[in-house]
Amino acid sequence: MHGETAMLPDTEAGPASRRIIVGYGFWIFLLSDIVMFSAIFATYAVLSRATAGGPGGPELFNQVSVAIETGSLLLSSYACGLMSLAIGAERQAPTYLAAAFTFALGALFLGLELREFAGMIARGATPQRSAFLSAFFTLVGCHGAHVTAGLLWLIIMMAQVATKGFSPIVCRRLLCFSLFWHALDIIWVGIFTVVYLIGIRG
Amino acid sequence: MSVIENQHAPGEQIPILEREAGRFSGFLTYTTGLVLAVILTATSFWAANTTLLWAPGVPLGLAVLAIAQMGIHLVFFLHITTGPDNTNNVLALAFGLLIVTLVVAGSLWIMANLNDNMLMPDLMNLQTQP
Repeated sequence: MHGETAMLPDTEAGPASRRIIVGYGFWIFLLSDIVMFSAIFATYAVLSRATAGGPGGPELFNQVSVAIETGSLLLSSYACGLMSLAIGAERQAPTYLAAAFTFALGALFLGLELREFAGMIARGATPQRSAFLSAFFTLVGCHGAHVTAGLLWLIIMMAQVATKGFSPIVCRRLLCFSLFWHALDIIWVGIFTVVYLIGIRG
Repeated sequence: MSVIENQHAPGEQIPILEREAGRFSGFLTYTTGLVLAVILTATSFWAANTTLLWAPGVPLGLAVLAIAQMGIHLVFFLHITTGPDNTNNVLALAFGLLIVTLVVAGSLWIMANLNDNMLMPDLMNLQTQP
């Protein structure tokens, strides 16, 4: 239900608001991104045992690190949800606070992931070592690249809140950002299950 | 927002009624989602490490837990519901799920078949060779 059009049936309510159209368009983009990830997931699943005599999942993955990454990304998503509420209420201080938590937890996730990558590469488990490792770095690295883009986007959005306030266009961009951030957490659920929890069982 | 409401194009208004009614329940929604997601994640990590469960069934159980958690995220974080104002979103999601299922299940099926039907399975098996 959308404001004053709440009482009208959809066929008489006129065109949907800009916010709803923008949100819908971004939702379509996110679904196309998820379709792209599904192709990378399928590649990983097919190649997950093609280790070519090199190291496999059970030797390489550290479950404690993965658990911390999972927790920090989930809490980051939750903080992003609280940020949406603060934006809806147009309160600047809670918005900045929630954004700071979202950013810090996302950066913690990214830092742990980069440390894991560096550790693997130091042990000779580079992307060119085997098809399994190529698929691993493609899948997890692609998600990490999305998280990096999201962190940059969040900084830009906070600068826009600071300079433009809660104008409708800034609020629509923030809506898109929160959709993006929650979608990244959904993809991470697939990664920690398929790559780490199932992979660690050998 | 209500002050500058009429200074913008008609399409740019934010649904004020929805916003003001939903602030507290919004907090509850996100918190419920967080609690459910934490429970499902903890169950996943426990199931992957325990010896109490029948080992061959664990990957399937993990997949079910992951799909359940994705559903939790969709409903509580992305607010994809079955309400009448959400029909377009749900239809797009359904189409996305169809494509994802076709790509993942189709790839695994075809590659498993390919490996089974190769004349020199040890040399040509993609799942054991680089």
